[in-house]
Amino acid sequence: MAMNFHINTASRVPIYQQLVTQVREGVARGAVDPGERLPSVRDLSREIVVNPNTVARAYTELEREGILNTRPGLGVFAAELGTQLSQEIREKKLIEGLDRFLTEAVHLGFSSGDVTAVINDRIGQFRWASERKAAGA
Amino acid sequence: MNDIITTHRLTKYYGKQRIVDTLNLSIPEGSVYGLLGRNGAGKSTAIKMLLGMVRPDRGRAELYGEDVTTLRPESRARIAYMAEGHPLYTGMTIKQLVAFSAPFYETWNQDLVGQILDHFQLSRKKRIRHLSRGQRAQVALAIAVAPDPELLILDDPTLGLDTVVRRDFLESLIQIIQRKGRTILFSSHVLGDVERVADRIGVMVAGVLRVDCPTEHFKKSLRKVVLEFTGEPPATPSLEGLVGARQVGSTLEVVIAGYNGVHREALDGLNPTHLEEVELNLEDAFIEYTRGEKKPLPIFYREEGE
Repeated sequence: MAMNFHINTASRVPIYQQLVTQVREGVARGAVDPGERLPSVRDLSREIVVNPNTVARAYTELEREGILNTRPGLGVFAAELGTQLSQEIREKKLIEGLDRFLTEAVHLGFSSGDVTAVINDRIGQFRWASERKAAGA
Repeated sequence: MNDIITTHRLTKYYGKQRIVDTLNLSIPEGSVYGLLGRNGAGKSTAIKMLLGMVRPDRGRAELYGEDVTTLRPESRARIAYMAEGHPLYTGMTIKQLVAFSAPFYETWNQDLVGQILDHFQLSRKKRIRHLSRGQRAQVALAIAVAPDPELLILDDPTLGLDTVVRRDFLESLIQIIQRKGRTILFSSHVLGDVERVADRIGVMVAGVLRVDCPTEHFKKSLRKVVLEFTGEPPATPSLEGLVGARQVGSTLEVVIAGYNGVHREALDGLNPTHLEEVELNLEDAFIEYTRGEKKPLPIFYREEGE
């Protein structure tokens, strides 16, 4: 599968930020696999009609977050999932995110059963590291 | 970084009216600068002064560090200009126009002209007067980039073009940007286009450059705050950076440049029943910033090391 980029200039979100979000989501939902090559700054800039500096800025940001790697002379690739962080930090980030989400769910008046059902339903929408390894093996 | 365009207190009067007012502009090499402003804000006059086509009443403009009034022909050959409305000799065919334009320049990339004309599927035999507005813009672009200029100055290049032609035009512009070291200054009314291609923007209001910053910075520094009250809203407090305020029924909307905690405190102090901070897209930010009669707080920003 390939990424489909979409830029909305009517949005309040800066263009580079829109690109960052789309790549993050693209990887999480399996549109891009770890190790897969992304379009070059030049090609993507031409495809979506956006200043190449803006695309480069998005890629730099994604690289900083460990989502992409640049291999000089070869191009830009999706990184392996979560490999850059220690187990401890990964768990901490997971719990932080989850607590934020659960707080919201409580305030919206859902029961714990409702929330578990929704999570189980949504989990299928994403491509998880374990599944990818299984598929690749 | 080298500044390719610099102006020092550039000023022009038409009659008693100051059309361009002490304009200080510096545009670094390799950047794409979008000059914005409402009709009559002074953009075209400023651009014409940059090219030496209009003589300033005060101040001066430099391109490549040379005063534009004494610009050497070699330096002039490095600059391309597309005038508003794409005036071209209408009696000529495209082929004749290209042949006519080429001898004015020492370098002329005929292949590139061919590529652009082919890309836009323009027949060389067609007369300029029989071309649509969009096609004229495409021919003008082909001729402007043929001498391989290092600096492109485009006065509202997409004015009057339909959405599809505009997108094609922007695509060509992106390809030009990708050729290293090109500096582009363009004026425009289409904010979405500006956001796509400009690294920096300048906003002129009544002849004065009031915004000069990276494109995103402008959006980020303006904030609209919507306050709701049970009855008649109180008078808007005088706040630093207040761009405008509007009252609709029991709602008060204020737009503030450089929004911060001090503003928030002052607004909370009005005891609204509800307060919402709204970020703006570039178009809304531009409208809010330029519509008022007030002189809003200027937004200038240069990154460190620029």
